[in-house]
Amino acid sequence: MPTEAEFLKVEALEKRYGDAVVFDSVNFGIALGEFVCIIGHSGCGKTTILNVLAGLESATGGHAFMDNREIAGPSLDRGVVFQGHALMPWLSVRRNIAFAVRSKWPQWGRAQVDEHVQKYVAMVGLSAAIDKKPSELSGGMKQRVGIARAFAIQPRMLLLDEPFGALDALTRGTIQDELLRICAETHQTVFMITHDVDEAILLADRILLMSNGPQARVAEIVKNTMSRDPAKGRQRATLHHDPQYYRIRNHLVDFLVARSKDLSHGRAPAQPLQVSPGLEGDPEPSPEQPAPARVLPLRHVA
Amino acid sequence: MKQSLGLRAGLLSLLLLGLLLGIWHLATLGSAAPAPTVAMTAEEIEYAKLLGKDPGREAGGATAGKSGFPTLAQMGGVMVKHLRSPFYDNGPNDKGIGVQLGHSLARVALGFVLAALVAIPLGFVIGMSPLIYRALDPFIQVLKPISPLAWMPLALYTIKDSHISGIFVIFICSIWPMLLNTAFGVASVRKEWLNVARTLEVRPLRKAFEVILPAAAPTILTGMRISMGIAWLVIVAAEMLVGGTGIGYFVWNEWNNLSLPNVIFAILVIGVVGMLLDLMFARLQKAVTYAD
Repeated sequence: MPTEAEFLKVEALEKRYGDAVVFDSVNFGIALGEFVCIIGHSGCGKTTILNVLAGLESATGGHAFMDNREIAGPSLDRGVVFQGHALMPWLSVRRNIAFAVRSKWPQWGRAQVDEHVQKYVAMVGLSAAIDKKPSELSGGMKQRVGIARAFAIQPRMLLLDEPFGALDALTRGTIQDELLRICAETHQTVFMITHDVDEAILLADRILLMSNGPQARVAEIVKNTMSRDPAKGRQRATLHHDPQYYRIRNHLVDFLVARSKDLSHGRAPAQPLQVSPGLEGDPEPSPEQPAPARVLPLRHVA
Repeated sequence: MKQSLGLRAGLLSLLLLGLLLGIWHLATLGSAAPAPTVAMTAEEIEYAKLLGKDPGREAGGATAGKSGFPTLAQMGGVMVKHLRSPFYDNGPNDKGIGVQLGHSLARVALGFVLAALVAIPLGFVIGMSPLIYRALDPFIQVLKPISPLAWMPLALYTIKDSHISGIFVIFICSIWPMLLNTAFGVASVRKEWLNVARTLEVRPLRKAFEVILPAAAPTILTGMRISMGIAWLVIVAAEMLVGGTGIGYFVWNEWNNLSLPNVIFAILVIGVVGMLLDLMFARLQKAVTYAD
């Protein structure tokens, strides 16, 4: 559940190339332990926002803060899972993760590093493949290694750039379940880019909806009203039985299909609206029709 | 099926070898029959020697007749003689083939290692910095196509030592492929691997050795392999020029002695050693290549 104190804060972030404004007035916050997904059409600058948060890229305007400190460069406090796994192909799984572990704890001995590596490889269920090279693994296994590497440095914030985009639906489902379980266990704070509406509903506590570029903005923040606890029904297998699921899903699809276009060129509000689809309105929502959304006025951050 | 292909290729190779040797044999058949010495009187032999012919030696079969080209049997004899004692040293003009090869290999190794010590770090810097790449590019483009032997007079004048000049020529010819390949390999390391290193706050030196070097290693090794090939080509020519020792000098010396069997034997040895050197680098290359 999001708390009042915002652990990560993005204020008036803007990226322009010459006269072309990719996005501007991007404002949002992420609470400690919260899982936030960002959805938007290609080209609206999602990856740029993630790279700014990772410290790999700098914005042309605005600020991003983590724990009240401005993000000025890459840091071991923020782990990144890259879109194309980005494993080093000359190293085995064990040594790929050990590379990250030694970066975080250079003073550790070999045995301690290896123990830590084994723990995180086991966490993603790859113990049998620990000494294999990435080229010997399937796409899903590679992405698991990427996730294990990011978790292994125990970052305070995890950034995932469409980590499952290149995977087939079955593999994607399995890893989503794993990620859900791991995040529930570790209370990891996560910011994740996705194109997949169902993935966002399954994983996120809040979903940021971005309008189309140019001058894209975070137009709405959708609160996921379903319980996050996997024991209370937030599971891939049972998700679609929850009536809330369709209300949220319809709202997201509606935004992406129709409204995101109308909100391009800076027509989206600078401060995003907070919505909780399905909490008000008709008691029997039909899966075909978008549920009415209750629009809440947003408190100003800071 | 694969095995049988190898087998068939081997058979075909043997067949071609046999064919070549057969042609050689037929071409030198006429010259192999020496004049029967027994029929000559002592005066006749003396007379023949005055005319520049040596009936005694011809009977021994050391040199050939009219064409001067050795027969297969003579060639075989020369090879056996050389291989039986490769390391003798009877003064400046009579050293075993192994001693000569040793000198050549030592020169190549020294020049090559020096070139690698300069080219790989410099290539790293060039590959990392577009500014330095642009700045050094004109120099490299002008210096690269110069025949290494063209440096020889300058080297002899400034270094004043033929032995070191030979090493310098190897150095200058092996440096370019290694430099360019290192720079290219370093410049084309995938951005995502560098980003991984950045997000993990990896220090520059560790990044160079644990990310960039292994990522660029296959390209660097390709450069080293090309360099070694060129160095082995150039050492023969360089040693012909500077003289003294080495397989190149041996070839030139035997040409002056008009001993074609020795020249042919040396040519074969140069080929085999070059092949072994290339094989060695192919192995190294395979060891650092990664499947992506």
